Amino acid sequence: MRITARTIATGIAAAALAACSTTGQTKTESASAAQAFDKNPFPSTYERYPGRPTALVGATVYDGAGNRIENGTVLFRDGEVVAVGDASLSTEGYDRIDGSGKFVTPGIIDIHSHLGDYPTPSVAAHSDGNEATSPTTPEVWAEHSVWPQDPGFSRALANGGVTSLQILPGSANLMGGRSATLKNVPARTVQGMKFPGAPYGFKMACGENPKRVYGNRGRMPSTRMGNFAVNRQTWLDAKAYDGKKRDLGKETLKGVLDGEILVHNHCYRADEMALVMDMAKEMGYQVSAFHHAVESYKIGDLLRENGVCSAIWADWYGFKMEAYDGILENAALLYQAGACVVIHSDDANGIQRLNQEAAKAQAAGLRLGLDIPDAEVIRWITLNAAKAMGIDGMTGSLEPGKMADVVLWNGDPLSVYSRPEKVWIDGALMFDAMDRKRRPVSDFELGQPGEGDVK
Amino acid sequence: MTRALTFAASAIALAFAAPAAAQSVAITNATVATGDGSDPIEGATVVVQGGKVVAAGTGVAVPAGVPVLDGSGTWVTPGLFATMTSLGLWDVGAVSESNDTRASDSPFSAALDVAPAINPASQHIAIHRAAGITRAASTVLPTGEIFGGQGAIIDLGADGDAVVEARAFQTVAMGEYGARISGGSRAAMYTALRNALFEARAYANGTWDGADAMLPRADAEALGAVLSGRQPLMIAVERASDIRTVLGLKREFPRLDLVLVGASEGWLVANEIAAAGVPVIADGLDDLPQGFDELGSTQSNVGRMVKAGVRVAINASAMENPRNLNQYAGNLVALTRIPGADGLSWGQAFAAISSVPAAISGMDGKAGVLAPGAMGDLVVWDGDPLEVSSAPIRVYIDGVEQPLDNHQSRLKERYRDLDESDLPKAYDW
Repeated sequence: MRITARTIATGIAAAALAACSTTGQTKTESASAAQAFDKNPFPSTYERYPGRPTALVGATVYDGAGNRIENGTVLFRDGEVVAVGDASLSTEGYDRIDGSGKFVTPGIIDIHSHLGDYPTPSVAAHSDGNEATSPTTPEVWAEHSVWPQDPGFSRALANGGVTSLQILPGSANLMGGRSATLKNVPARTVQGMKFPGAPYGFKMACGENPKRVYGNRGRMPSTRMGNFAVNRQTWLDAKAYDGKKRDLGKETLKGVLDGEILVHNHCYRADEMALVMDMAKEMGYQVSAFHHAVESYKIGDLLRENGVCSAIWADWYGFKMEAYDGILENAALLYQAGACVVIHSDDANGIQRLNQEAAKAQAAGLRLGLDIPDAEVIRWITLNAAKAMGIDGMTGSLEPGKMADVVLWNGDPLSVYSRPEKVWIDGALMFDAMDRKRRPVSDFELGQPGEGDVK
Repeated sequence: MTRALTFAASAIALAFAAPAAAQSVAITNATVATGDGSDPIEGATVVVQGGKVVAAGTGVAVPAGVPVLDGSGTWVTPGLFATMTSLGLWDVGAVSESNDTRASDSPFSAALDVAPAINPASQHIAIHRAAGITRAASTVLPTGEIFGGQGAIIDLGADGDAVVEARAFQTVAMGEYGARISGGSRAAMYTALRNALFEARAYANGTWDGADAMLPRADAEALGAVLSGRQPLMIAVERASDIRTVLGLKREFPRLDLVLVGASEGWLVANEIAAAGVPVIADGLDDLPQGFDELGSTQSNVGRMVKAGVRVAINASAMENPRNLNQYAGNLVALTRIPGADGLSWGQAFAAISSVPAAISGMDGKAGVLAPGAMGDLVVWDGDPLEVSSAPIRVYIDGVEQPLDNHQSRLKERYRDLDESDLPKAYDW
């Protein structure tokens, strides 16, 4: 039995769309000439599943916003966090779950995933993540590739406590297309997973991938200067777009220029990130986050000043030339510089251990003399990710009124020995390690070896 | 690991006087894991003399003349042994000029010998030395043909002599990938494998006829060591039915020294693998149906095989970097707290990245273990070595303390701050 649509999320979505249509002067001019069109033709049909009013008591609580509460209490009901506090909070009217010796965090958020677009089994028939037929494909939308039956979603939930994730198109192209932000619930359709009210993201890529893919075909770009030339000209063409004849790519680029769509730019090298930030100023958009930003530590000051997050791995390095200067201290040095840190996976296995990746990055900082509190490190995989995805008003931290996306860990989430014990999404218990029936099995896995196994 | 312990460990690191390139050292009062599958021992001592382990445990006396370090607050373990790696074979993965892990255009396959390709000065080796890996098996990957070639056992010491044993093992790709590169079907793959072994037998018997042969002479010659069991044959295979077929190869070629690599569905045939006495180098945490030959993947695979009596090492080639071996082992311990899952005890998990891979590589009792007569490879850690927050503070190979600096550590030092008020960063070294 489904519960009726989330009024808050729907309200936010409506407000966002309303705001979009009146943002900026140039926008208003072009809008007057443009045909009216539906900006949300594939609307979310996600509705929260039923949950019990729940009180998690006695655990160490990281609220995702940088706070740590010992012997804390987290109350949620009707899909929302009601209160977060200490043991003095009344739990009357709630089912009490004893969290003694355990830990509570917000649901983990992966800002960079290709689940569904590159699902398993990873056969050619499933390779739907890169529309690698043109250096700029702003017209494609990642959600049109997502296979909701990808078994990877359930692994991210059960082992990683991942409750929300952004599916990005791949990085073959300078402009890869729109992202899809999903709630990590099993669903028959991608619309059933779409995060209600989440803004779209726009994937861009620096450096080696676009120039390699298209250079090898004897076409532009084949160099980094070619990358920038194609990008700039594409932006200029979009700015001149009058909307008289609908153009899907330019509609997306306009959405970026109007601030409705958030840019997620795959970019490894510090010098290249600096150039992109200048290009963004030139063209009039904001980069929300650089992804795979292995050299961010070299320009923490610039990233702070420009308000750009860095979505990074803890320790990947060396697999390509632009990853050669990757170091474990990247996150800690960024944190020291006051810049925004997000730990991402880009990987169907890594998404199951974002907590451990964050812990590795923290430990590298400590060995450098930077003692970053655990509660701040949890923010790297919760609220900071939500912020860069534009959903921090709805999830990412345990605050009254936010979605009850919650993980109960059986130990310190920054320890290798800990695992999610229970995971709630909008207050519904979607995974329970202690109950084998609270373990999703995708259509693909039915009748296969290992169906319903712990995985 | 508590923060207090980290600081204690750092203080100890500073208190250690850096010994010269001695081959003898004793570390006292540490938590010692010997690598043999047993639990860690608190308040223990490890003694290395003349480059070899003399003793490890409690109540161990330090011989006169051996420099003594107080290991209070630290953990001491054998060096980690990473198996199925590409250590020393590349600088940058995607820069093909720097990458010797594939030879898809070569006319040779089984004959390929990785030993002369190993670069002891590679950053990849330096970075993994600093992560506590002291020995590794490195190999070229099968690409053009099902045989990858002859891998080497290396040490990660900071000297020019990395290769401990050349031509130590042969690799072969079976399963989906092997089928694709040998003609498009498993039927072709098994025919190619059997034909290769028949030709190797003919070569060994002096009845090989080059005019009739499918294999280049050098490949037929190289496979003699596999046929006779002198070289273990590392078989990359995932599906349960493929594992059964591979185990059956011994009926026709009884001296093969088989090792399964990957074996994602090993848990489905764990009893048969155990009965065959074949060890497994398993992908530690694979739990996705990456291909149709891995539909049964689960993180409990290793635990279930170990429970059935299979010797299992964790496969370094199944992770982003071999330096994540200890993280993977720690995850297998974490599984012991999940109902329905099968994990490993701490000692078993540590053995899966130390003594077991060493033994599979022909170094049983010599590497990956702190036992009398073993190589003096030690790692001093600032905490539980399976915990993601822990790191080595000292690494010894053959009793010689190793430098832990590398390109990454130098970058870290250069960018501790962003101050360029005096000179550009390029002068900050």
